[in-house]
Amino acid sequence: MSKNKELISKIGLRLDGRRANELRRIRCKLGVFTEPDGSAYIEQGLTKVLAAVYGPHEVRGGRSKAQHNSAIINCQFSMAVFSTTERKKRPRGDRKSTELSMHLQQALEAAIKSELYPFCQIDVYVEVLHADGGIYPACVNAATLALIDAGIPLKEYVCACTASLANNDIPMLDISHQEEVLGGPTLTVAALPMSGKIVLMEMSQRFHLDHLDKVLEKALQGCKDIKEILDNAVRLHVTDIGSSTGWANTKH
Amino acid sequence: MSKNIQIRLASQRINTSVPGNQRYPKIFTPGQVITAQNEFMRGHGTYEENGELKASVAGVREQVNNLISIRPLKSRYNGEIGDVVVGRITEVQQKRWKVDTNSRLDSALLLSSVNLPGGELRRRSVEDEHMMRQFLQEGDLISAEVQNVYSDGSLSLHTRSLRYGKLGQGVLVKVFPSLIKRSKTHFHNLPVGASIILGNNGLIWICTSINNSEESVGGFVQNLEEVVPRQERETICRIRNCILALTQSKMMLYDTSILYAYEESLKYSVAELLIPEAMLDIAILTQQRLTMLENA
Repeated sequence: MSKNKELISKIGLRLDGRRANELRRIRCKLGVFTEPDGSAYIEQGLTKVLAAVYGPHEVRGGRSKAQHNSAIINCQFSMAVFSTTERKKRPRGDRKSTELSMHLQQALEAAIKSELYPFCQIDVYVEVLHADGGIYPACVNAATLALIDAGIPLKEYVCACTASLANNDIPMLDISHQEEVLGGPTLTVAALPMSGKIVLMEMSQRFHLDHLDKVLEKALQGCKDIKEILDNAVRLHVTDIGSSTGWANTKH
Repeated sequence: MSKNIQIRLASQRINTSVPGNQRYPKIFTPGQVITAQNEFMRGHGTYEENGELKASVAGVREQVNNLISIRPLKSRYNGEIGDVVVGRITEVQQKRWKVDTNSRLDSALLLSSVNLPGGELRRRSVEDEHMMRQFLQEGDLISAEVQNVYSDGSLSLHTRSLRYGKLGQGVLVKVFPSLIKRSKTHFHNLPVGASIILGNNGLIWICTSINNSEESVGGFVQNLEEVVPRQERETICRIRNCILALTQSKMMLYDTSILYAYEESLKYSVAELLIPEAMLDIAILTQQRLTMLENA
């Protein structure tokens, strides 16, 4: 039954009622914890991710690792046992989470101005609470927000988005789990949306080169859209803190 | 067990913000262009790319003549000379202690910048170096003043005053460093029977009232045998919860705001002060009293 199901119906709607170029609803919140230096929560559709940032702080455990010209960025990705339909214990350091941690680190290193913090370390922890497709993009976006909340200098926002191809023709944005399972290849892109630089690109399956351009363009557009949403959330958050503290120590 | 247990859904959380000032300065976010003219100097929180000055943190703009910087509203502690800090010893090294002060690198407390028992003019001998762990060991809390800021951003501390030194019995509260209001003194003897040290680095120490005669020893005495009476402990806990309430609503912390919050909190029991609604109530009442004081 599900084999013949079309990813996009004749009237141009996807399985969850979106159009091809629409993102899922994004809700986010900064400063959800008090203990870490920065934290954020993001919901992209049903995918829910928490991120916490500790640092920059002194390198703990073996000072030999410290670098004299930049900070060490340490990412740790984990999934809650209840995050998928199948409840299972996921040990830290299995192959999937190690890979995602490394990809996350790669994306964040491109944005963080780590040269400002020699001999320091920045820890980023992300935890997936609910996985419904697009886990990696949600983690990148959550980590960006948490870094901004921690006041760590970034070149610009780093955003990630997925895109795929429906019916071998129409590119579609922000793939849900259902579409991931049913559909064809998924392209994941992490980018610096303001300068248009791509920091990470990953494909789940083989893909005809002819389609790459339009799918990539779609994914980059998605990154830009996400950046706008995150930017609004950051502005709201800063205004909120600022007006409570009475913009103390601020001349304006 | 008829204890009143409060469990609530995440969706029933209350909004804790207490907006006071309705005038918003312009907010910059990472990557945003501040100015395209290149006659300005780039300060903290900014960088230059393609001839444009861009922000690298989310915050507000501060300008001194030609120097533009963006200050984030929340960040790690950036030390300045003369700041009062509260910190924890992490390591004992030769001739120095390493202190975690919530700064981006651990601070150093040199053996030569502490007051050793026996007066100012005492020579520091090799024995003193061997005795260092007896004065301060890993895990001990101290209050100190920033003596110097090194080029890599790490701090050098000193405790060359009788006010500073090892902390004995009390409660430590950690808040964001930007919530501590800079003032002339960061040591306060509150009239309610407790004294607080508001460290510029966001660590707050609350303890029983210090009478100055007794403290003249200074330095490294720590009396853990002495039992603090229950009433004083309750006062300390109440102050701690008041500080948490103000922090939850992101209000500035200084002697007046803490004292007002304490007075407003008296209608609740100490334990009730942990209920979010009570915390918000105290924050709002304190905010009102502070604005009244400002306008008076």
